[in-house]
Amino acid sequence: MRVFALTLIVSLAAGLSAAAAQESTITLKPGPGLDKVQTNCSTCHSLDYIPMNSPFLNAAGWNGEVTKMIKAMGAPIDDADAKAIVDYLAKNYGA
Amino acid sequence: MFTRRTLLSAAGAGAALAGGGFAAKAAQQIVLQFDVSRVPLSPGVPAGVASVARMEALPGKKPLIKLAYRAPNYEAPLDYFRTPITPNDEFFVRYHLSNIPQVDAKTYQIDVGGDGANGQATLTLDDLKAMPAYEIVAVNQCSGNRRGLSNPHVAGVEWGYGAMGCARWKGARLKDVLDKVGLKKEAIEIAFNGADGPVLDATPDFIKSLPVWKAIDESTLIAYEMNGAALPHFNGFPARLIVPGWTGTYWMKHLISVTALTKPQGGFWMNPAYRIPVGKFPVVARFASQENATSTPITEMVINSLITSHPDGAKVKPGKVTVGGLAWDAGYGIRSVEVSTDSGKTWSSATLGDDLGRYAFRPWSFELNAKRGNNTVMANATNAIGQSQVATLIWNPAGYHNNVMQNITLVAG
Repeated sequence: MRVFALTLIVSLAAGLSAAAAQESTITLKPGPGLDKVQTNCSTCHSLDYIPMNSPFLNAAGWNGEVTKMIKAMGAPIDDADAKAIVDYLAKNYGA
Repeated sequence: MFTRRTLLSAAGAGAALAGGGFAAKAAQQIVLQFDVSRVPLSPGVPAGVASVARMEALPGKKPLIKLAYRAPNYEAPLDYFRTPITPNDEFFVRYHLSNIPQVDAKTYQIDVGGDGANGQATLTLDDLKAMPAYEIVAVNQCSGNRRGLSNPHVAGVEWGYGAMGCARWKGARLKDVLDKVGLKKEAIEIAFNGADGPVLDATPDFIKSLPVWKAIDESTLIAYEMNGAALPHFNGFPARLIVPGWTGTYWMKHLISVTALTKPQGGFWMNPAYRIPVGKFPVVARFASQENATSTPITEMVINSLITSHPDGAKVKPGKVTVGGLAWDAGYGIRSVEVSTDSGKTWSSATLGDDLGRYAFRPWSFELNAKRGNNTVMANATNAIGQSQVATLIWNPAGYHNNVMQNITLVAG
């Protein structure tokens, strides 16, 4: 069973490794809230979407984007994390 | 080859995936070198684009401008638009959602039915290929092409000029597919789903619909060939919808269902996404069942052109220089392309090239006499119903329909 699980993981990683290795080269600016961005936002999309959309959104604009991800896209992000994410984005990638 | 460290980080990725926290941490120690300075971005995109854009080749593709890895969004550089047919391996890639399966042609099928149909049917790829086949050359352009040039900027994939391509598509008519089940007279829309989907169940799947009149248009196809070959995976293998004249949002990739509806299709991707404000743009082709007081679905592409012979700021030799590019519209047909070398005061007709069909890119060229120093070149296309490009941007919140005339500078010296 354990062998099977490892095999599954390896084959999964083989399929993902090329794209994942490239994606891992994306670096966001360090700062409070970055960990929340990494764990929440990267569930569904690569983090290059963030610098690409900068620096023209103000805090309200980033709040709108995060709210859209929660309300329209179903991202399971709690209020505290959402606030930390918006603060991070506005401070590091805001207008 | 997996080192112990690779395996450990891969295991982390697998565990994270199972828990819903997909992390791109597998094989983190593989370092790739990129030459950022060589990414030919369109002038005017947000400053942050330069920090993430890379020239990168997806499997089966030549290098494209990577804007985002997941969902993958890659645009074609200007160099790839020197011909009116875009090769398959140079064709742009656009996805909304990250869960993109490799579809097996042997088990692939399209389910046809819905409450607006008299019956239902299931078509395999062989079934589709056994039907009468049609070919059409048509431009596939993302609704948001040139979004990155919006001023003020708007959120989204920050496309420059390259979220488009033109191919010779071969497939069965959607009308013939619908005839297999028969439409009720109450049917108002035909909805489409593709094999790709969201990571989370809570995320709306990408489902789009067309009004019946457009769905049964003789030019609307389910294509299984692109420029004489199978569709590339990243362009919708094994079959996708071809909706000539309309923006790419309707060209469902990896098509797996065709559903006749007696009520308008709902969902995020029909509204609020892919809408244009009422009254800002000419709308000839209407999608009446989806219209409301403030917005309508984006439908037809606006008339447009692109100078492809030279990027803005290109160095040329003084004397005769041939400038050229492409023009396209929603299928009314390109009547003329006018070029101005005095910032729009006077205009001269360009020479139009081969006509590959009313939905195709139309090449054009113009010979100018470059003086030493800066030479400006503007281009403006006009179609058979008298529509032309605009001089100033018609700003809208999603950054659609940007057909502002270019004004590039050639530096002769």
